[in-house]
Amino acid sequence: MSTPQVLFAYFAVAMTILSLLVVTRRNPVHSVLWMLVLFIHIAALYLFLNAEFIAAIQIIIYAGAILVLFLFVIMLLNLRKEETEKRFQKQWLYSIAISVLFVFFLVLIVGNITVIPPPGPYTADVIKSEGHIMTVGKVLYSEFLLPFEIASLILLVAIIGAVVLAKKRIE
Amino acid sequence: MCIKNSNMSETFVPSDYFPVVIFFIFALLIGFGTLLLGVVLRPKRPYTQKLYPYESGNPPVGEPRYKFSVKFYIIAMLFVVFDVEAVFLYPWAVAYNKLGIFGFAEMMLFVFILLIGYIYVWKKGAFDWE
Amino acid sequence: MTGVEMLIIVIKTVIVVSVFMLHVMYAQYFERKVIAHMQARLGPMRVGWHGILQPIADSLKLFLKEDIIPSSADRPIFYVAPIIGVIAALSSLAVIPLWEGLGVANLNIGILYILALSSVGSYCVILGGWASNSKYSFLGGLRSSAQVISYEIAMGLSLVGVMMMAGSANLSDIVKAQSGHWFIWYQPLACFVFVMSAIAETNRAPFDLTEAETELVAGFATEYSGMRWALFFMAEYAGMFIMTALGTICFLGGWNGPDFWIFAYVPKIVWLVLKIYGCIFIYFWIRATLPRYRYDQLMSIGWKIFIPLSLANIVVTGLVKIIWK
Repeated sequence: MSTPQVLFAYFAVAMTILSLLVVTRRNPVHSVLWMLVLFIHIAALYLFLNAEFIAAIQIIIYAGAILVLFLFVIMLLNLRKEETEKRFQKQWLYSIAISVLFVFFLVLIVGNITVIPPPGPYTADVIKSEGHIMTVGKVLYSEFLLPFEIASLILLVAIIGAVVLAKKRIE
Repeated sequence: MCIKNSNMSETFVPSDYFPVVIFFIFALLIGFGTLLLGVVLRPKRPYTQKLYPYESGNPPVGEPRYKFSVKFYIIAMLFVVFDVEAVFLYPWAVAYNKLGIFGFAEMMLFVFILLIGYIYVWKKGAFDWE
Repeated sequence: MTGVEMLIIVIKTVIVVSVFMLHVMYAQYFERKVIAHMQARLGPMRVGWHGILQPIADSLKLFLKEDIIPSSADRPIFYVAPIIGVIAALSSLAVIPLWEGLGVANLNIGILYILALSSVGSYCVILGGWASNSKYSFLGGLRSSAQVISYEIAMGLSLVGVMMMAGSANLSDIVKAQSGHWFIWYQPLACFVFVMSAIAETNRAPFDLTEAETELVAGFATEYSGMRWALFFMAEYAGMFIMTALGTICFLGGWNGPDFWIFAYVPKIVWLVLKIYGCIFIYFWIRATLPRYRYDQLMSIGWKIFIPLSLANIVVTGLVKIIWK
């Protein structure tokens, strides 16, 4: 195996194990901590796609902002009872069997598909020569103008929603 | 799945980031190393009173992780939103010289729309800690 | 990348990290001396000439101290919390360009890398406070994380102006763009916002609410002792160095120095270190001068003053750049 394959194998296996750790921890704060490690691995995987700006965002937004929000919510709710209660329903064995079957078929089908993407103007070499963040800037603010402005509206809704919901809780 | 791509080398390794990995490993070694080295040297004489959480010398009373103000929660939510806004500004700032006046105008629209939300939040008093 | 290149990077890392750790140790001596002289005292004088060996004595003492873990603490998180802080602070060092071509890593997203790691660093405080299971720690950690995340936005926005001026997020490129004039002359407002939010990010006076001895008995670190506490302390001082280095690179011209007479022969790294120590001195000066802010004041300053100021700075910079063309 070549170096990139070894590295990819490490990240794939590590991410699967970390995701399992996230969902099986009894203590939600431990889950959050594993999720932090998971996010750092995801960011590293973006680097292999030559997308360093996305990797930075993965950490700044997901690890730095959204996960902190999760922590605050967990601490706000103070989940003492949930930690000791039974966590799985009776049919967990069946669901695992079905999931394994599903993954088996998925591998069978997806493994047979060959995708040949058309070469676009933003090849790996172009991105490397001017830097990923510059390419994102140039493309996002010229070709994808409308989605960008719509994003601002979505953020506006999020701001107002956050305050309205929280205000209800206070009163 | 097999992705064939003519103009992308399949064996791309972000080697610029190798030093970052080395720094991570070093920081881990320093963090755990200093703690583990001390284990042999330092004393360990615990007793019940010593292991109480600090509460000015009294035995601790009640639940330490009490329910705190919902304000912190609002701040965390607003932080997510404004952080996303800041992230939109970074590539814009880097590419600014190439975008020209049009790029300036569209970012002003973006900031203006978010400013409405900002003023709304301010008027609702989410930034005040009474 | 060949094996030799990798080895060179490892050696560079060893040198940079060990020199940096020495500076972190001595920053604390420097702080005690500066504050002592500002208050007409002498500071540490006993260990060595003018107390020069004090940091070594201190670290030895911390090394031999008992490591007390409260019985009600959440052990795994109590263990890792300080280590997260150390990792975040030390890894940021990788992208700091010491001289032209003398950084360890030269990343195109240098600024974002430091911002990302500083946001990861906030976990050490909130998790440390939570895991201790003590009222003081919990409140301290909570306050601190709310403070850190509030000021992170202002800090990120203040650096947008710098990125606009340099047209890059690569720290080396930013320094090279300042070979003529430093960015502090073009971006004074951003510099002001950056300095204030850097102080708040590193939990230093006058924004050191979380460690307020008088009301929270050291906040999130109340239950930590010995070497574990020292790691928190190390992360804080390392964070100070990273923030001042980032400020120096973005606003004070990085390794650029005077180019005439004998100054031209001085290695450029000297200028960088001198500027960083100048900024660190300002940190201590502020600590010795200003009283602590109240928590509600701190939060409203961050959200109501610094964020609008940095946004205004971006708008003005954009306008001026268009008119200048």
